[in-house]
Amino acid sequence: MNAVLATILKRLGLGFATLVVVSAIIFSSISMLPGDFGQAVLGQSATEETVAAFRKELGLDKPAVVRYFEWAGSVLQGDLGTSFSGRNASGQDRSRQVSDLVMPRLWNTLFLAGVTALIAVPLALFLGLTTALYRNSAYDRTVNAATLTTISTPEFFVAYILILFFASLWPVFPSLANVNATTDLGERLYRVALPALTLTLVIVAHMMRMTRAAIINLLASPYIEMARLKGASRSEIILKHALPNAWAPIATVIAFNLAYLVVGVVVVEVVFVYPGIGQLMVDAVTSRDIPVVQACALIFAATYILLNLTADIIGIVTNPRLLHPR
Amino acid sequence: MTTEMNPKDGILLEMRDIRIDGYSDERWHPIIKGVDLTLRRGEIMGLIGESGAGKSTLGKAAMGYTQPGCKLTGGSIMFDGIDLAKASDREKRNLWGTRIAYVAQSAAASFNPAHRLIDQTVEAATRRKIRPDAESRTDAVELFRALQLPNPETIGSRYPHQVSGGQLQRVMTAMAMSPRPDLIIFDEPTTALDVTTQVEVLSAMRNIVEDFNTAAIYITHDLAVVAQMADFIKVLRFGEEVEEAPTREMLTKPEQPYTKSLWSVRSLEKPEVKGEDIVLSIDHVDASYGPLKVLHDVNISIPRGRTVAVVGESGSGKSTTARVITGLLPPTAGTVSFNGKPLPAALKDRSKDQLQRIQMIYQMADTAMNPRQTVYEIIARPLEFYLGLTGKAKEARVMDLLKMIELDESFIDRLPSELSGGQKQRICIARALAANPDVIICDEVTSALDQIVQEGILKLLLRLQKEFNITYLFITHDIATVKAISDGIVVMYRGKVVEQGLKSEILAPPFPEYTQLLLSSVPEMDPDWLTNLLEARPV
Repeated sequence: MNAVLATILKRLGLGFATLVVVSAIIFSSISMLPGDFGQAVLGQSATEETVAAFRKELGLDKPAVVRYFEWAGSVLQGDLGTSFSGRNASGQDRSRQVSDLVMPRLWNTLFLAGVTALIAVPLALFLGLTTALYRNSAYDRTVNAATLTTISTPEFFVAYILILFFASLWPVFPSLANVNATTDLGERLYRVALPALTLTLVIVAHMMRMTRAAIINLLASPYIEMARLKGASRSEIILKHALPNAWAPIATVIAFNLAYLVVGVVVVEVVFVYPGIGQLMVDAVTSRDIPVVQACALIFAATYILLNLTADIIGIVTNPRLLHPR
Repeated sequence: MTTEMNPKDGILLEMRDIRIDGYSDERWHPIIKGVDLTLRRGEIMGLIGESGAGKSTLGKAAMGYTQPGCKLTGGSIMFDGIDLAKASDREKRNLWGTRIAYVAQSAAASFNPAHRLIDQTVEAATRRKIRPDAESRTDAVELFRALQLPNPETIGSRYPHQVSGGQLQRVMTAMAMSPRPDLIIFDEPTTALDVTTQVEVLSAMRNIVEDFNTAAIYITHDLAVVAQMADFIKVLRFGEEVEEAPTREMLTKPEQPYTKSLWSVRSLEKPEVKGEDIVLSIDHVDASYGPLKVLHDVNISIPRGRTVAVVGESGSGKSTTARVITGLLPPTAGTVSFNGKPLPAALKDRSKDQLQRIQMIYQMADTAMNPRQTVYEIIARPLEFYLGLTGKAKEARVMDLLKMIELDESFIDRLPSELSGGQKQRICIARALAANPDVIICDEVTSALDQIVQEGILKLLLRLQKEFNITYLFITHDIATVKAISDGIVVMYRGKVVEQGLKSEILAPPFPEYTQLLLSSVPEMDPDWLTNLLEARPV
């Protein structure tokens, strides 16, 4: 057991190292973005002196390396910095803390991702296991065809179709998912129904097909034949003999899709006007709000790393070879 | 074990005119062509034949089971009044694991890696509620004890990967025995084991089957093994029965020419020739895999034009020695010298000429060839690489080589998947030969082959040695092969050389302790061999 703990700690350490590397990449690629925040805010008519003064105020005049370490240092202390927007050359500072901007949005995104995951993951596992059990039957072919159709359709299109049917022709759910801090839980669930359904349709196919493939891949193993010759029924073979050996690949694909739910849903957010972190980041890129862009990118990277780490750990604890060494 | 056919209680299994088809190359081929089989309660039948003879398919059919890709096309399988050929899946499931049990060839692959051994042992008995689960668990411990497993109380709580192959095979026998079946199908249960382990497993299986008066079908290609286990033997070839007779009768006077040929394989024996001119010598070599030291001060010298056999059980360091010689695993100490000059330790530091002189043939011809290359490409590659042959010269040489390995020109366009096991190994020999090597290392090259095919390969290797004065380092765990081919023998045990010398010296008493154990563990074609051996050995 201690060996497992040591492995997890090692992976966490490696994950942190990856995050440091990623932060450097984020920082340098943002530095390479064309355009300049000072120029963008002050407009074409601003003199070079005003722009330079403004840049000095924001600290943009310092060398990139110094700025990177200042930023990384304060992030380590939990300070994501101050947003550029709300500032102007007039001296008034109405700028807000990056965390004040990002946190409510992140919470919204996690809420939508969580609701979607609660529907999609059990559904995908159920479909994957049952299609493996009744493989090559009419049921299997129908499920495969249906999920392939939903994954092949652009997500905005899925969203508009759902809006057409469930908000317009047969209005059971709202087409706008605008929530704010005061919206209570029931109302929130009601409003995110359509976005969550859209995302479910988008991610279920991948997880379900991987579950099915992972199980079927194992069905040719000698120990599955042995289980049959010991009198196990089809469902016992799938659930008791194949599934325990298939968790690692299934966990990996689930982690990948959950990460997508956090970092890749900006299109769905836009369609349903849902105030998620994806929209925030797109807006921040447009307005050259560097601290917000960096914070969002860092959160996305951390999400990927953490979820993949979790999948690795599931792979370890479900593998007796690693859990119980010789 | 009694070898005469005792009149025993009634017939347990009666298979009549069994026909099974298998699907390959996009059509159905007959695999079993009308075989009858009768087994009475408490009897053990040996089922032997080469691979592809259909013995495993017939054995599984005795349970009413056909593998995916096979189908029963005719015949009846009466097991204690139930026709398994017509029974529903549910009826068959109720019998499987309770009244009919199966013991598979590779125990390591046939145990589910995710569950503890005890849970798998009692699974079938618990599912069919033969007795309360707790009782089954106590009973399993007793079975482990009866099968002479170490720590019978605790071994069940281990996972399959934590237990050795020989022990797993015994746990699997316990698993088969747990619901007290009427019939057990043993499907090559000791083929994957070392001879020394095989003896223990065989005696444990024989005793327990005898104690519970269980009927069994024992499938194997090893005649000497089946002679120890079976009351009577059925020989299969190409899906048809060749003959069937009580064991003793079958061994002493087989009637069919095919059976006689099976019996004669073990008689191949090359007279030894002493050699003086040392071509390859290994001096004081130590080697490790990471922190694990696997070779300890190994010294071997190999005379030119002779065959030196390296014998020992798995884990004794035989293959590691080969890896050190080829440079795949640089030794941590000591040197390998070729023609008196030390070779660079690592493969990458050796010259093309040095590489060319030492070639290798592997156990698994399947995995040692690129499945996408034709026979021509496989053999032509070393001709191009080492000898710089191109065009007509290369083509002519490939044809020569094919002739040397006794295959005709029609083979050049075939892919490895279109060859039989013996043909594949011949192609690997041609590939090694193409480089005009001085030394060929043969790593268990005949272990995966049937006895008749083995004999063909061994004769070919001997002929090539005579014609081209090639030196062989022959790694094997099979003493019959050693007798057939070697001039000198090196016995290895736990990474050390226990003994080395001429064949006549090593195979004559007095023996060091380990050599004695190894030699005495090789099954002989005498039905009393196991009984006598166990009586002679101190417990």
